[in-house]
Order: sequence, then structure tokens, then C-alpha cells
Amino acid sequence: MSAMDRYEAVIGLEVHVQLATATKIFCGCSTAFGAPANSQICPVCTGQPGVLPVLNGRVLRFAAMIALALRCEIRRRSIFARKNYFYPDLPKGYQISQYDRPLAEHGTVDVLCDETMHAIGVTRIHLEEDAGKCIHAAGGDSFVDLNRAGVPLIEIVSEPEIRSPQQAAAYMRTIRDIVRALNISDGNMEQGSLRCDANVSLRPRGEQGLGTKTEVKNLNSFRFVQKALEYEIERQAAILADGGQIVQQTRLFDADRGVTRVMREKEEAHDYRYFPEPDLPPALVSEALLGELSAALPELPTARIQRYVDQHQLSLLDASELNRERELADYFEAAVAAGAQPKRAANWIMVELLSRLDDARQPSNVSPQHLAGLLELIASGKVSGKLAKSIFAKMWESGESAEAVAERENLFQQSDEGSIAAEIAAVIAENPKQVADYRAGKEKLFGFFVGQVMKRTRGKANPQLLNALLKKQLIGEGPSLD
Amino acid sequence: MSVFDSIEQARQALDRHEISAAELTEHYLRRVQALDSQLGCFLHLDRQGALEQAELIDRSLAANRSAGRLAGIPLALKDILVTADQPTTCGSKVLEGWRASYDATVVERLRASGAVVLGKLNMDEFAMGSSNENSAYFPCKNPWDLRCVPGGSSGGSAAAVAADFCLGTLGTDTGGSIRQPASFCGVTGIKPTYGRVSRFGVIAFASSLDQVGPLARSVEDCAELLAVIAGHDPQDATTIEQPLEDYRQACRQPISGLRIGVPREVFSAGADPAVCDAVERALAELEQAGAILVEVGFPDMSRAVATYYVICTAEASSNLARYDGVRYGQRIGEDDGLLAMYQQTRRLLGAEVQRRILLGTFALSAGYYEAYYAKAQRVRTLIRRDFSDAFAACDVIATPTSPTAAFELGEKIDDPLQMYLADVFTISANLAGLPGISLPCGFSARGLPIGLQLLAKPLGEGELLRCGAAYQRLTDWHRRRPENLESDGVSR
Ligand SMILES: [Zn+2]
Repeated sequence: MSAMDRYEAVIGLEVHVQLATATKIFCGCSTAFGAPANSQICPVCTGQPGVLPVLNGRVLRFAAMIALALRCEIRRRSIFARKNYFYPDLPKGYQISQYDRPLAEHGTVDVLCDETMHAIGVTRIHLEEDAGKCIHAAGGDSFVDLNRAGVPLIEIVSEPEIRSPQQAAAYMRTIRDIVRALNISDGNMEQGSLRCDANVSLRPRGEQGLGTKTEVKNLNSFRFVQKALEYEIERQAAILADGGQIVQQTRLFDADRGVTRVMREKEEAHDYRYFPEPDLPPALVSEALLGELSAALPELPTARIQRYVDQHQLSLLDASELNRERELADYFEAAVAAGAQPKRAANWIMVELLSRLDDARQPSNVSPQHLAGLLELIASGKVSGKLAKSIFAKMWESGESAEAVAERENLFQQSDEGSIAAEIAAVIAENPKQVADYRAGKEKLFGFFVGQVMKRTRGKANPQLLNALLKKQLIGEGPSLD
Repeated sequence: MSVFDSIEQARQALDRHEISAAELTEHYLRRVQALDSQLGCFLHLDRQGALEQAELIDRSLAANRSAGRLAGIPLALKDILVTADQPTTCGSKVLEGWRASYDATVVERLRASGAVVLGKLNMDEFAMGSSNENSAYFPCKNPWDLRCVPGGSSGGSAAAVAADFCLGTLGTDTGGSIRQPASFCGVTGIKPTYGRVSRFGVIAFASSLDQVGPLARSVEDCAELLAVIAGHDPQDATTIEQPLEDYRQACRQPISGLRIGVPREVFSAGADPAVCDAVERALAELEQAGAILVEVGFPDMSRAVATYYVICTAEASSNLARYDGVRYGQRIGEDDGLLAMYQQTRRLLGAEVQRRILLGTFALSAGYYEAYYAKAQRVRTLIRRDFSDAFAACDVIATPTSPTAAFELGEKIDDPLQMYLADVFTISANLAGLPGISLPCGFSARGLPIGLQLLAKPLGEGELLRCGAAYQRLTDWHRRRPENLESDGVSR
């Protein structure tokens, strides 16, 4: 019995989301990613003497949207606070954040994991500014890039209600899907738009109390969230199983080695000396704004998954696969809107489309309307299912409609009885021995004849028609060439 | 050249082409160059920039183009106000050599109205002090008696007006830093309502208390400057959106029926007898002119001092964290690693600044926050309530500005507590965000000016101007000038 069978993991996540505003939270500088170092800075975001912050209204709007989507209680007057610490990438010597009166509290997010919906509590959502970035050059010199300083962030803190690394990764993915559905963040983890710290502790199964926790930082992909937690849970379980005690500490995930390492002990914990930011009035959220935002709130990914199950009779698995990325689900719906049968469209998207995309967010070469057109050709028997795949491949290359490709390549299914019958007759004439064997009872040869006819028609013969005609002609009922 | 007693006089002379802006500027520059070595008002004198600006104004005036309300009027700025064309040190070595890339909003507004900025004025380092002895460069002295301090932290701003180095200055007031030096130097100074004047480009000491205001020879001159610098600023989220009242008009209002609240018990207990006598005489004159005196309460002053020093040090400890040597200003010890760089660079901060950073850091620390900072904020709310109770019965409240006239250099420098008590009458207004004014109202036996303080409700600047201007029509204390400064060859 592994140590893990005796313990239950208690996990809480702190997710930082970069909001996709064009300008920073307290000044007019651009937030665009990848610009040359210190090219998107001004006196305000570099903390020059005398400057003051002014809140970017869009930041508050975006944050209120996510708070609504996570079904939080939203504070009408939330308070900014200064978090004081020294670091070269922190221009003012404090970060403007929120502390005891954050924008939102007491929310819930529905997370689909192992085909079950889990409601995970959201403790709080608060606004804050990002810090800059230190660059340590070879030779011992250090540089500071302040392009990121003042980029708007929200921090979403979950309740310690996550029970497994898989659930943690699913929670993180859900948060990402929601912010992307709301269009308030690109959710791009490689560029740091979505970052996560995890708190994890173990307790004997069946107990309610909480064990000593560790905090794992630097989890910047879904896989790292899962891997780091798996490692950390095993590590803690081994200590507890040996009768040892967990030390409360902050640990860093080393993605290269797949392990967590001590970053600082609790005794070294910062005293951030929070106090209300005197330079900013309370952030006000009016009833009118809440009304407007609630009314405009788009369908969220979990609701969309459920709708695909209810409305389109997709399996939960297919529905969530389509909702893996917003763009994919949008594509599916556009195809359905263009007349595609939902289940068939889902299959084509998951097999043919996804195998051709490195990333499900990429635009497809085949438009959803063209996919619907192809499915229509199959349904009406104008092209065969088998040929349809090669038609799709050609559509992918040229961007043309299925009609156009089938026309150009002469791939329409042959459904003309006379010409199929003629091909069958030719095959029968060419293969007298096989015909004799078949008529003698070797019915397995039927497939051979189908193959021969298909070969002559380059796969275009309507299979149902071919089957029917072939049967007739083989048993001698059809027109003969005698 | 004749002396100008007011901005209005100079304005008329300029408009009638009796004098050019360049001549006026040259006159003041000469005075500064001849006399300021005795006083130490200026940390930076921008002779060339001032003359260029004056010549530009002259061209506009010659063409009878509207050049602004303060066109050609020579002024000077406390060195806490950030300027792009002149250095800004905030009286500190840590910012020596730093040049801002932008102008403070108040500086922009002065320039837009055509003012000529002569230079940057001495102050206590980061505005922390009541005597100007905490300037990291040199102390500024009181024009009425060079052995005495000009007050602080806007000591240079008050002394420059008293010495007739310019027609007006801007200072900042966090706990009395405009009013107390105005009182010590015998000039008029206004601390506006918190949020009435933009703090953008004002180097922060205590953000919830700091406010910019004018110092000048008279209430009317202060009104003239206030009208230019006050008003909402989109770059300062704490400024008030309400439109300005007509400050010139307010100066002309009669005071019959104006109710002046007098917390007599409080100020007579705390102030020098000579100061109390001068204030009582002023009140009697105002009463004769039709004002009604009423007894009112005043917030507990010892409580206010304690509250003030918790809040201002807490905010300062955070505001001054940015002087770490990483991005601007002085940097020392970078070869010895980050921590050494922080430590050595921050040792450039003076003793009083370090003391306040330490006090404030302590007040915000885990385990002490509730007992100090949080409690101070609650007391602050009570002080506000005390004032609003008092203002139910009166339009303005009168007190001495400072318990004493100017003291001597060195007298209190080793006793920070005594120094802190110099602000006992002024700091409550900052805690409550109220506007206040200091008016010259007499002299001590030693011949040092005494100041009368008037406070009003939030946005009650008009009432202060009304009462102050009326008082100055009745008296001539504000016209007196120190006689001991003149040297040969420099006319006034
Ligand atoms: Zn900026």
C-alpha cells in the first residue's frame, strides 16, 4: 500500500491572470508583450518621485466580469493597499494591490474532472499591478526591465477544496477557459499571462483538520501544476509515513528536474506592512455597471459543454473536448449553424481538424461552412465517406469548398445505375473463375468484386448501389453481356 | 525701481508697459544674488531660464496678446515640486543631481498662466521638519532675525517672500509646513483643502496629508496664486472635481455676520502669552468689523500630535522606499551587492528622515499595525467629527498658527519632541483635510512675527480669504518688512 492511500491531499491555488487591457493599470503605457526592454515605461510605472497612480477603468470592468463569472459577491467599494517590500524590479518599493477589502469574495467555479463536475470555492479575487523583471547578465551585472511593471493582474484565490493534482490542473484550465471566454485575458501561459502558486497539505483520509502546508511557486503550465503537486504530495506523504513532520515553507518547482526545492522557510516570511493606498480612492462598482456586465456575460465553457450534451446529444467527453479551446467550440457551432449534423461535425473536427492543428486555437484552413458543405455531400450520397477524407485533405490545402474540390478532381460519387452496371459486367467478364467460385458458394469473394469495381471507378461508385447491383448480377439476375 | 507690494500692482505695471517682465525678473534676481548668501532661501537659481521666460512674456505683452493671469510675475517653488527644466532635490542628498522628466501639475499651471519661475527653494529634507534645519544642503534663516529659523518645512518659501525675493512662492503643508513658516516669517500662507490642489509631481512625504499651497505678501496675492494652481487634475485621483469658487471675489466679501469660532481654552493653555495677546487683539478687531465670536471646542491636541506622527511616518516609510539607488538619484555601493547598495544609498538620507522611516516601519509592522496605524486612523475619524461639530456653530475657527514666534537655530534640533510640538495648532487641519491660512497679526517683544491661523470647513477656502482679506484691510502687519537685510547697491 503506497503512502498516498493513507492520506488525502488538500490543495488551494492562487492564480494570477494578466488582464488584456491595451494600457497598464495605473498609467497609459502599452502592455504589449515582447517589446524591447524599457520601451513601454513612463514616470508613473517607473516610480519617479512625485508621480501618482490613476486606475484604468477597464481593469475594474474586466475584474468585475470574472468576479461575476465565478459567482462572487462583489464589493461596491474595494480598497487598494500597498504591499511593501524591497526588490529592484519593484519601482516604488511597494506593489499596489488589495488586501482586507478585495474586489470580490465567496465565489464558486465548476470544474470538470474525471467526467464529474466539482464545485470549487473561490475565496477572493483582487486587483494588483505586476512588477518588472530582473535580467542577470553573464559577468555579474544585473539589469531591470520595467515593461511589465504596472501591467494589470487579478489574483484568484481558491478555497482549499481541490483534492488531487488532476483536479488542480483542471481548475487552472477552467479558469483559463473562463477568462478567454470573457475575452479579458489571452490566458497565454508561455507569456506569463496566467501563473499559479499552489498550497498543499496532507491529512489522514477521513479527517477534517488541516495538516501543515507548503506553498509551491512558479507553476506556469497545466502540466507543471500537476507534476509539481504530484511530486510534492509524494514528498509529504513519505515524510508523514516515516513519522516525520512537514515544515511550513515556500518551495519552487524545478521543471527541468520535476522536483520542488526550498525557496524560503516560514521564519523568513515577509512582513509586507500592508496599509490602505492613500493615493487611490476606493474602486467603485456601481449597480448600473454590474447590471450591464451581467446582461452581457457570455456563456461560460462549462455551461457550453452541458448545452452540447443536452442540445446536440454529444457525449460529455466529446463536448468537453470541443470546449478545450474557445476557438474550437466556436468553429463547431459555426459548422452546426451552417447545417452540419452536430455529432458528425464533432467527429470530423476532433479527428480530421485537430490532427492538422498544432494548437486548437489556430484558425482552420477549412471554414466551418465548407465543413458543413462536405458533410452535406456525404449525407446526400454525392461523395462517399472514404473519398470525403481525401476531399477534406484537398480542401485543407486549397481552402476551397467541398463542391469545388469534388468537381475539379471529379470525385463525385457515381450513382448512375447504368454505368455502375456496365463496370460490374466488365469485372464479371474479366474474372470468370471467381464468378464461378462465387456462384458455387464462395461468398467471401463478394468483397473482391466490390474492390475491382471500385478500382475501375476510382472509388467513386456509390457503395449501396454497387452492393445491390453486384449481388443481382453475380447471381445472374442482372443484365448479362451474353 | 519701485517696490511692488502686490501681484496686482506688478500686474498693472506690466500691463501698462511701465516695466517689462525682464526688468522685473532682473530686479528680483539681483536681490537674490546680493542677499541670499545671508539667508539660504534658494537651492537652485535659474537666472537664464527665468530671463528667457520673461522675455517670451514681454513679446506677448508687447503684442497685447493675452499671456495669462500671472504673465511676467516672478515666483519661486519649494524644491519638493518636480520640474523638468531645473533640478529637484527635495532638500535631500539622495536626489542630488536628479532631473525629472516632467513638470508637476501646479508647475505646469503656473507656466501656462505666464509666471516666471526664478528657482527652487530650500526646505527640510523630504519636508520633514519645522525649522528648515533638516535641509541636507544648508539651513535657511529667518529674514527678521538671522539667528532664528524661518520655520519649516517650507522655510525657504516663507523666507523668500519675507525677503522680497519674488512676488510669491509655492510650499507644501503636511502638518503645518506652509502656515508655520508663514507665521515665523510674517507672510501669508494657505494650506488648501485636501484634494483641492493636485499632488501630481509633488514629491510625497505623507500622501494623505500633503497639500500644495501659496505663500505671498497678502491674502489677495495668495488668492491669485491659488486660483491658478487649484482644481481637479485627472492625474491625481484624490483631487476634488467640484469647480473652483471665485477667490478674488471672496476676498472682497464683507465679514459682518461671519461667525469666528474661538477655542480659547485650548490655545491659551498651549501658546506663549505674547502670541495669545496678538491673536486676541486680532479677534477683537475682527469683531469690531462685524464678525461674531463664538466659543467652540477643538480636537484634543496631544491626541492629534500622536495620531499625526503615526500616520505621517507610516506613509513616509512607504513613500521613501523608492530611493534605493536602482533607478535614479544617487547610488552608492553597487559593487558590493544589492543589499549593500540599498544600505549605503539609503544612508544618504538625513537623521530625521531615517528616524521617521523607522518609526513608520514599526507602526505598520505585523503585530503593531492595530495598536498604531489602525488606531491612529480611528482617532483621525474622531478628529474630523470634532471639527464638524465645531463648524456647526461657526464659519471659521481662529487659533495661533504656532505656539511661539520663531526660535533660534539649534534651539530644538536635538529635541525632536519639542520640535514636533511646534505643529500642535496646525496638524489637526491636515488630519481632517481642512483648509487653513496663516496671517501676520503682530510681533513678539523681540520683533519676530506672530501668526493668526484660521481654519474652515472642507472647500471653505472662500471663507478664509474673506476673513483674511478683511483683516488685512484693517491692519498693516502684512506690509511690514524686515529692515536688516539691505546691503549697499541693492534697491528694493
Ligand atoms: Zn507607464
